Amino acid sequence: MIDLLPERQPQVVRKADGAPAADMACGKASAAGSVSQRACVFCGSRVVLYPISDALHIVHGPIGCAAYTWDIRGALSSGPQLHRNSFSTDLQEMDVIFGGEKKLEAALLELIAHYKPQAAFIYSTCIVGLIGDDVSAVCKRVAEKTGIPVLPVHSEGFKGTKKDGYRAACEAVYKLVGTGDTAGIGPHSINILGEFNLAGETWILRDYYKRLGIEVVACITGDSRIADIRRCHGAKLNLVQCSGSMTHLAKMMEREHQIPFKRVSYFGIEDMSAALYDAAKFFGDDPAIMLRAQQLVREEITAIYPELQRYKQKLVGKRAAIYVGGAFKAFSLVRALRLLGMETAVVGSQTGDMEDYRQLQEISDPGTIIVDDSNPLELAKFCLEKDVDLFIGGVKERPIAYKLGIGFCDHNHERKEPLAGFVGMLNFAKEVYASVASPVWQFAPRRANRVDEVSRA
Amino acid sequence: MTATSHLHVISREDTDAIVPVGHGLVVPPPMEEEEPRSKHFSSTRNACKLCTPLGACLVFRGVEGCIPFLHGSQGCSTYIRRYLISHFREPMDIASSNFHEESAIFGGSGNFQKGVLNVLRQYQPQLIGAATTCLAETIGEDMPRLLHDLREKHGDSITAPIVTVSTASYRGTHIDGFHAAVKALVEQLGQPGEKTGAVNLFPGMVSAADLRLMKEILADFGLHYTLLPDYSETMDGETWSEYEKLQSGGTPLAAIAGTGAAKASIEFGRTLAGAETAGTSLQKKFNVPRLMTGLPIGIRESDAFFALLAGLSGHETPVKYSRERGRLVDSLIDGHKYVFEKRAIVYGEEDLVVGLASFLCEIGVTPVLCASGGRSRLLETALREAAPLLPAESIVKEGFDFAEIAELAPSLKPDFLIGSSKGSQIARALRIPLIRAGFPIHDRIGGQRVAHLGYRGAQELYDRIVNAMLEVKQDSSEVGYAYL
Repeated sequence: MIDLLPERQPQVVRKADGAPAADMACGKASAAGSVSQRACVFCGSRVVLYPISDALHIVHGPIGCAAYTWDIRGALSSGPQLHRNSFSTDLQEMDVIFGGEKKLEAALLELIAHYKPQAAFIYSTCIVGLIGDDVSAVCKRVAEKTGIPVLPVHSEGFKGTKKDGYRAACEAVYKLVGTGDTAGIGPHSINILGEFNLAGETWILRDYYKRLGIEVVACITGDSRIADIRRCHGAKLNLVQCSGSMTHLAKMMEREHQIPFKRVSYFGIEDMSAALYDAAKFFGDDPAIMLRAQQLVREEITAIYPELQRYKQKLVGKRAAIYVGGAFKAFSLVRALRLLGMETAVVGSQTGDMEDYRQLQEISDPGTIIVDDSNPLELAKFCLEKDVDLFIGGVKERPIAYKLGIGFCDHNHERKEPLAGFVGMLNFAKEVYASVASPVWQFAPRRANRVDEVSRA
Repeated sequence: MTATSHLHVISREDTDAIVPVGHGLVVPPPMEEEEPRSKHFSSTRNACKLCTPLGACLVFRGVEGCIPFLHGSQGCSTYIRRYLISHFREPMDIASSNFHEESAIFGGSGNFQKGVLNVLRQYQPQLIGAATTCLAETIGEDMPRLLHDLREKHGDSITAPIVTVSTASYRGTHIDGFHAAVKALVEQLGQPGEKTGAVNLFPGMVSAADLRLMKEILADFGLHYTLLPDYSETMDGETWSEYEKLQSGGTPLAAIAGTGAAKASIEFGRTLAGAETAGTSLQKKFNVPRLMTGLPIGIRESDAFFALLAGLSGHETPVKYSRERGRLVDSLIDGHKYVFEKRAIVYGEEDLVVGLASFLCEIGVTPVLCASGGRSRLLETALREAAPLLPAESIVKEGFDFAEIAELAPSLKPDFLIGSSKGSQIARALRIPLIRAGFPIHDRIGGQRVAHLGYRGAQELYDRIVNAMLEVKQDSSEVGYAYL
């Protein structure tokens, strides 16, 4: 009924029993006409920089790109809320013909004078590259006039994929790194990269590190401030969570500031614990940190374990499909679902790389479908084939699941419940339970036809 | 800031010093060239509009078996999908030609062809609705030529017609894209023919519930009709027993072909008066008379619509609707005290604002600010015509954004806001209710089921407005009366 496009076939793998992991095609531009779930270069930059809450974020282009990203992420700030606005040069036909530089400069000067941000990011959209605006020159002039960093983000939508947008964001942020005073930063200090404080997750993590005796200099970009980023080169270790988005920044900091980095994930008990132990090991000069890490993990797991077991009883044997932005999160989700007694039958991402997909195959059960840069038709096909009970993804995947009578859990940037950390694992279990166990599914046509389904509900 | 200052840099103090004069009118700042309004900022801050291709995509999903296709970057289709899905909570597949750097330099013809072939293969659509984006328009993509090249090279594989519409996002708003797509459909698919006695209804961007109501009314008048677009089922459908690549429902292609043979077209929207639309196009090409009326929101605008149908059908308004009207009037009397001289801020698409303001005036609410991100230059005129009771001092703003509404709002002392969910932060800051209407409604379920049109829509809006005022009264009362 639903056929894969021939050019999409190399991006889909079924894990074979006992066979070594197959190489998967990935990192390609999406096939034309395929309804990719990906966005564009601009999207990549915008999501990564969005949570910097004391900066002005202005989208240089026609209105759409700014309108669709207004207050879009659940990235919380403990202070300024400037990032939750949508500023646009709202280019009109005349600007396209005669150039938008003048409008951009006026817009920046007015906005900076009014909102007094600590820095400004200027996102280039598709047509800015085409009409030949010299955005960098405008930024330079405005920086001189206002005395704040004014940073161009080279995020023209068509110039690559979302990953290139991440890279452009890292390049822009990197211009701030090393410009602040590192005095007072202790020897046991880290930065968290690729953590966006969705639903307050950064605050949970900051609390854990504080309890370990580790100082978090900057979280880039969750609840982030320009001043933190400027001095983050004083930290001794970078922990990179959303590795797809921030590894580039970590590598630049490793090269120029000799700060090593480690990949971590804060989702699920296993990965969360490993992240804390990794940092503790790194600061092995103070064995007390490891002792505190062990104690923290013990306390936190003890606190949530009984309730997790209750959910597990209800969820054991259920099957899930996962489709997320970055592959590293998918690893954690496979493990977290396993902890709940659930099996992952389909797993994919928008931007995973070859190594990610190799690892995914390794941790997956035989028969699991692994997919790169999928689309609604394929995802529906896989869900039907594997007859999953739950889909984990973002808003664009939600109606696919619901229409087919499948539970859905939002693990994307719009989520309103923290899913990171130990408490996040409990929230995750609760949400999975609420998604799967609701009595409404008995009325969904695909489920209603099954007698056993009704008795199970 | 004084009217004479002409500062490029405006400080916080300056804007704080904007003093409301009289009934909240702001001292006008200096006019800027080619700007139809005064503005303290060159930028748009929290836009009260969306980009043109969004409107076109929604229209195309209101045609049976049609898949929207955006000629541009991948992001355009993904962002628009997400935005529409968050309102309708329905699948919304939009294909993309997915421009790369080479396409931007050498033209997107190759990607367009490949994209069309892939879409035909995967979705087997009855129609592809291809809309351009700012990227395609800026590099000068010529859609008719792209279609010609496509047919020349792959003629045999092109199993569905393709309708194209030019929707550069630097020209107009989502509403312009919406009307442009409706126009493109009738222009490119409409056929001449013996007059059928059927009517065309082009309702504009209304909710799925509104579309269902329109169909019911037209049928009850005994009229044969073509409603275009009709996303009442595609964007508010049932849960599936089998996978549906493109949700069922929508205006059939044959019906669109028949629009050229209709006896009249009804087009909603007072601000469309001077525009080239589906209605004007059919009038010119096929001599189908175009009948314009406002969005039928509230009593008078609905009366006008029902009178139009009575004239076209030769039947009186069915008793079902005169009773709906009667109950509505009865309820207006029951509730009038709770809303009289309440002050409302109305915002959204221009024709929605006209309709809502007209209804508010009918029930004794004062629309203190009527604002839209659109720029038809007709908003004020349309408002004064549709809402003769609108006080002279009510502020009317075209090309306005939410930051401007937020800055003006406190001095206007509104009792409630009415419009899309994007005003929620303003309502929250002022601690007043927001009556969610129009598009988008991203923070509640059921946006697609909000009724606005006809007596039934007015009834629903009225009950919600009165109850919101009663809730404020009850919640803020120390006693919390049991009877109100």
